Amino acid sequence: MSTRSVSILDAASIDRTLVRIAHEILESSGVAARLGLVGIRTRGLPLALRLGRKIAAIAGAEPPCGALDINLYRDDLSSIADHPILRKTDIPFEVDGARIVLVDDVLYTGRTIRAALDGLVDLGRPARIELAVLVDRGHRELPIRADYVGKNLPTAREERVEVRLQEVDGRDEVLLVGAPGSERRGPGGGE
Amino acid sequence: MRLRSRHLLGIDGMSAAEIELILDTAESLAEIGRREIKKVPTLRGKTVVNFFVEPSTRTRSSFELAEKRLSADALNFSPAMSSFSKGETLRDTVRNLESMSPDFIVIRHTQAGAPHFLSRHCDCSIINAGDGSHEHPTQALLDAFTIRRHKGRFRSLRVAIVGDILNSRVARSNVFLLTCLGAEVTLCGPPTLLPKGLEGLDCRVTHRIDEALEGADVVMALRIQVERMRSGAFPSLREYAALYGISRERLRRAAPDAIVMHPGPMNRGVEITGDVADGERSVILEQVTNGIAVRMAVLYLLAGEVPREAAA
Repeated sequence: MSTRSVSILDAASIDRTLVRIAHEILESSGVAARLGLVGIRTRGLPLALRLGRKIAAIAGAEPPCGALDINLYRDDLSSIADHPILRKTDIPFEVDGARIVLVDDVLYTGRTIRAALDGLVDLGRPARIELAVLVDRGHRELPIRADYVGKNLPTAREERVEVRLQEVDGRDEVLLVGAPGSERRGPGGGE
Repeated sequence: MRLRSRHLLGIDGMSAAEIELILDTAESLAEIGRREIKKVPTLRGKTVVNFFVEPSTRTRSSFELAEKRLSADALNFSPAMSSFSKGETLRDTVRNLESMSPDFIVIRHTQAGAPHFLSRHCDCSIINAGDGSHEHPTQALLDAFTIRRHKGRFRSLRVAIVGDILNSRVARSNVFLLTCLGAEVTLCGPPTLLPKGLEGLDCRVTHRIDEALEGADVVMALRIQVERMRSGAFPSLREYAALYGISRERLRRAAPDAIVMHPGPMNRGVEITGDVADGERSVILEQVTNGIAVRMAVLYLLAGEVPREAAA
């Protein structure tokens, strides 16, 4: 009756996934506005920085990359005991008129993205905001979808998706951790 | 990591980790003050009563701006407009304030211990905005925030605090905070304005200004209140200025990159000369700007729904 964890992505597949998303971002037609990446703290930030370097490797120029802390915009602040530790929001480019790709590790209820959108529009009026995530695990509670998805991963609510990144955790991997005692199918459960 | 108490009554008793949590949070919130739209929705629906029994412009405006930038609703309550001047007791006034169900009461009071009294009788979070000559925790926090931005450290940092130490809550809170973080604090003033019993505090005390300023990294001048002069603490403002005023000449003894601070309001030409106050080493106006971010941090950290009394 122990907690099972299944590897979903390893370091090499995370890297391949980011290369693919970088290509998709560059190929996406639409507005001809300046591109800027914004990583949602904590793990969206290193992902955004990596995406920026991949884009530079393909297109030559590295897009500017900023960090966004969404804690000031959460909708559950009045119900959590300890307010989360606040990190800096630092967007080193003009938000007005930019094409911004928000980057996060896991898309789940959509509430983080809702908060991030509120945070971003407080800083200016982007021409367009898109969303890139490494894993989309479903269970949306708001009408939000991602434009670029690394891996679609059907999950149960009791399960946890753990993204570990070199910059934060010392290694690259994505795990699906099952609820205690629950039997999980093996890897490859994505769509 | 969180604050152990749901009130901010004083620096005394806080841990270095708690102080650093407030300073780090303020560092993250400072960015909001540089935005075009200086407002975030974080404390929407929270009510803050600014209960200032003693007059204050700077601290009250700073709290008010901090509350507004976090979208809290601020209500100002001062003796002139309250029944406080009509003989109502502090407890009754506060019970009345409480019936308006605020989430915070920010209190400035002439009596030491008034915020502590409130914290025992109220359900909301109490923030001490200065109580008598006891403590002024948010001033010490904004001073520390300003020092950290310039010096990047506290350990072995030499801080000279000069002026009316006896009556200064700013000095007391600063001594608690700076020594807790490892700074070497020297208190300096005329012997009549140096309280007895400072030996218990972990700092140096001297009435010789040159000794206090020697090699100082931070020089903090305190306001001299004219009322004190009438009480005979020192003969004249001119004499005080001559003996203890921070002048360009005196500052030569301090470290070459020393910063000069003052909690305001300043008496130019008394505790600090005009050229020093406006000089390149002065960070006095930065202190005012930083005060808003630090007070936002305190509100943010105290606003979590801590189970009543469990954490007090």
